[in-house]
Amino acid sequence: MTSPKEAVVAAGIRKSFGKLLVLNGLDLSVAPGETVSVLGRSGTGKSVLLKLLIGLQKPDAGSIQIDGDEITTLSLDQLNEVRKRIGFLFQQAALYDSLSLLENVEFPLRRHTNLKSEERTSRARELLSNVGITSDLEKLPAEISGGMKKRVGLARALALDPKIIMFDEPTAGLDPVTAAEIAWLILDLKARHVTSIVVTHDLHTARSISDRFIVLDAGNVLVDGSFDDIERSKHPFIVQFLKDAG
Amino acid sequence: MIALFTIGFLVAAVAAGNPTMAAPLTLPLRDLGLAFIRWLGDLGLFAGRVTRAMFSRPFEGSEFLRQLDAIGAKSLPLTALAGAATGVVVSMETTDSLTRFGAKSMLPAVIIFSLIKETGPIITGLVVSGRVGAGIGAELGSMKVTEQIDAMEASAVNTYKFLAGTRVLACIVALPLLTLAADVCGILMGWVADTLHEPVSLQFFLNKGLNGVTFSDVLPPTLKTLVFGLIIGLVSCFQGMNTSGGTEGVGRSATSAVLLSSLFIILADVLLVRLIIVFFS
Repeated sequence: MTSPKEAVVAAGIRKSFGKLLVLNGLDLSVAPGETVSVLGRSGTGKSVLLKLLIGLQKPDAGSIQIDGDEITTLSLDQLNEVRKRIGFLFQQAALYDSLSLLENVEFPLRRHTNLKSEERTSRARELLSNVGITSDLEKLPAEISGGMKKRVGLARALALDPKIIMFDEPTAGLDPVTAAEIAWLILDLKARHVTSIVVTHDLHTARSISDRFIVLDAGNVLVDGSFDDIERSKHPFIVQFLKDAG
Repeated sequence: MIALFTIGFLVAAVAAGNPTMAAPLTLPLRDLGLAFIRWLGDLGLFAGRVTRAMFSRPFEGSEFLRQLDAIGAKSLPLTALAGAATGVVVSMETTDSLTRFGAKSMLPAVIIFSLIKETGPIITGLVVSGRVGAGIGAELGSMKVTEQIDAMEASAVNTYKFLAGTRVLACIVALPLLTLAADVCGILMGWVADTLHEPVSLQFFLNKGLNGVTFSDVLPPTLKTLVFGLIIGLVSCFQGMNTSGGTEGVGRSATSAVLLSSLFIILADVLLVRLIIVFFS
């Protein structure tokens, strides 16, 4: 039995797609308020891990607990109750392309709160302002840059004031300035004791925001510890990973 | 006979629309059968989830009305036009034959019976499956490959209810109404075509044609389009929400949504006509 004090606990997670084994008995635990970065090259199952943690995919084996709730056995309605406590920033932001930026952020508020229309709009504007977007709120996602999409995606992920937030490659494809701004926003969440799991291959950003690092390769955890633990590792993959990251 | 027809149609439909069975002639019969059963099972599970979601609170009233407008109101011009064209064609095709057999006076009844009992419902079903099936397949397919459906689920939204349930229900409600519109346009244009050939008043045409028409002639054929709506909504949403393979996959979903819903409508029509004959004749 796992301690309910942990915000996220995954034990013995296995996931395959056909004959391809993506995660091979992975264990993970994240304490409340902790920021954990999951590192690894493309195709090592980092994004799959996040989708398992929020119940978008089901593991072949293993257990996943969010705030003590075992999500692998929940009904869809029960799972949705857990999901309301989690924010998720997708790699490509996944904004609803038929809705304006403001409507994208209003969407979870409209679904899950009893706020009146004006209150909803006001809250959505505030959330967008917190991520640095104060104009062009009526634009459609197709009309804005990748960096802006990430910010709007982050504002939408934070709409329900989640206790846990998961980031899938938050800085991928962004210029260094925008990437630094996103990192700053994650640090701001950390200051507010929001639990964060960040999947990335951007070592520089990960170092600036994380309390702990998990390095994945071939479905297994190679390192689970501090950045010093990563640097001390003699594993050929990690040595190469650090070398490539400069 | 109907059972054989059904099996043949189901296999043809699945082979035509399922990407895993894209080259059915090259697949062994056993694999073809397995893929068909798997597809049908997945569709059944999907239908179960959508049905459960549709009837659970809270209801998605505003989204349903939006879909009813997109699916029903915006399909009205096309179905009305298709119904009108059918009325004209039926009138032109049968005038000559009936005159030859000395039954020219039966023309209004032939047009009206033909439209309300079969041509109106099936034409409406096929036209709506083309317009709406492609739209739903492409829209949901595009949302799937760009992770918008995942984002909705991550936001604790039941997509079976919000995306699929509203569209399926809108299709079910819209089809009978569109069929009535197609029937009316077909009858009016049938009269126009007839009166251009040999002038006759609309009142006389309707009196002649509607004489002997009972509710059991109108209601069952019109209400069978509820099933057509269910087929269009379910199949299109299923194909769209199971899209994979990027933009090519979106195109494939749109095509297969139209193809499968059209084929299943034709199959359902055969079965429903048989049932109507058994229970309402």
